[in-house]
Amino acid sequence: MIHGMVDHPLIFTMEELKRLPSVSRIYFIECSGNGYRRRDAATLQEAHGLTSCSEWTGVLLSLLLREAGVQKGASWLVAEGSDAAKMTRSIPLKKALDDVLVAYGQNGEALRPEQGYPLRLVVPGWEGNICVKWLRRIKVVDQPYMTREETSKYTDLMPDGKARQFSLEMDPKSVITFPSGGHKLPAAGFYEITGLAWSGRGAISKVEISTDGGNTWRPAELQEPVLRLAHTRFRFAWQWDGRETILQSRCTDENGDVQPTLAELVQARGENWGYHFNPIQSWRVAADGSVHNVAG
Amino acid sequence: MWRGSVAVIVMVASACGRLPLLAQSPTYGLGRTPAADEIKTWDSAIGPDGKELPPGSGTAAAGREIYAAKCASCHGRTGKEGPYDVLVGGQGTLHSKKPLKTIGSYWPFATTVWDYINRAMPYDKPGTLTADEVYALTGYMLFLNGVIRENDVMNAKTLPQVRMPNRHGFIPDPRPDWKPRSGAEQP
Repeated sequence: MIHGMVDHPLIFTMEELKRLPSVSRIYFIECSGNGYRRRDAATLQEAHGLTSCSEWTGVLLSLLLREAGVQKGASWLVAEGSDAAKMTRSIPLKKALDDVLVAYGQNGEALRPEQGYPLRLVVPGWEGNICVKWLRRIKVVDQPYMTREETSKYTDLMPDGKARQFSLEMDPKSVITFPSGGHKLPAAGFYEITGLAWSGRGAISKVEISTDGGNTWRPAELQEPVLRLAHTRFRFAWQWDGRETILQSRCTDENGDVQPTLAELVQARGENWGYHFNPIQSWRVAADGSVHNVAG
Repeated sequence: MWRGSVAVIVMVASACGRLPLLAQSPTYGLGRTPAADEIKTWDSAIGPDGKELPPGSGTAAAGREIYAAKCASCHGRTGKEGPYDVLVGGQGTLHSKKPLKTIGSYWPFATTVWDYINRAMPYDKPGTLTADEVYALTGYMLFLNGVIRENDVMNAKTLPQVRMPNRHGFIPDPRPDWKPRSGAEQP
């Protein structure tokens, strides 16, 4: 259902939605709590597992909003799921009219139940929580509705006690997926370091690798095609000399925004925040080949 | 027979009330116009000005018993004990090393408390509370946090006027909020 500040409130059946002009687009979705200041994460999955990248198929929300006729003065919309808590988030109308998808397909099949079957929002590049699953209602309004998820949760305290709100874009982030925590390299010699990089503000333009704990950085190869707002695979040839070292990756997006160190983030934001946690990840390779998370 | 006829008449009347208008989406001719009562059934999200709040009322005094029966097992006897989200206390801690984010210390709008209790609580039976119960529970939370008095009546008019302690505690996000150190290596 689309209603609120529109000329024609509308209800669509799933069958009708699937008859409308569709698009398929590849986007990552990352929970803004991915890695939420976890210092005890042993593995890649624990430290970075709340992100994925899929081909989403559906109708552009802008098409549905045009059909409903957004009225003058509208500036936000409220999206509501049909889960037990009827999860609700406010979304700026500007983003809704830009690239938000009302998706019913993922990787060529219907959404799976845990992904929001039959319908979910995909809000490209923005925090996962705003991509409302089991979508049942869009209300066009003239202000954010200050729902629990955008006040009590998904806000970050700064050192002065004020909280940053509506931090919606996901910042540039990368992580080495091999070798990573829990892996064991059998012997010194050649390995291909590989990993993923992404940014909620555009395409990844560069990933650099350090195999010496951040003293020197060299560019990794990016797997084509490099898509905006999607995971980008990177690769880097490495000869391990068998001595203990630290592996890191650092990405830059098309806007020139660079993935920070944890120290840089703490300097900017203090210690009382945890969402949108995107520091450079360090993996320590021990002399016996075992790989460990270097707790920030 | 007589009873059966009444039932049929009621059903027909109800169906008439739900009859959609013929309007469809202008470009594609798909979808239909929802009936007013269909919109009303779902239009439960409460914005900061509270205009969607339903009729009903409640006080903290009335909320105390409901809380004990339906909420305390998760949130503790006085809202401070947990094991799940702590709801009470924490004022003055937000800039400390151990900030305690509760309804009283953190939530900027009382309407959000009503909205969330109504849509999502109790955790095992969301959607089962009456409007009066939600007003009463909201009032009880605000009373325990020292925001209102025990017998203040919460309703569609009074609730949006409640000023939460952290009403001005939120700022827009300035990201990107840091720059690479000057002289960062460029390969």
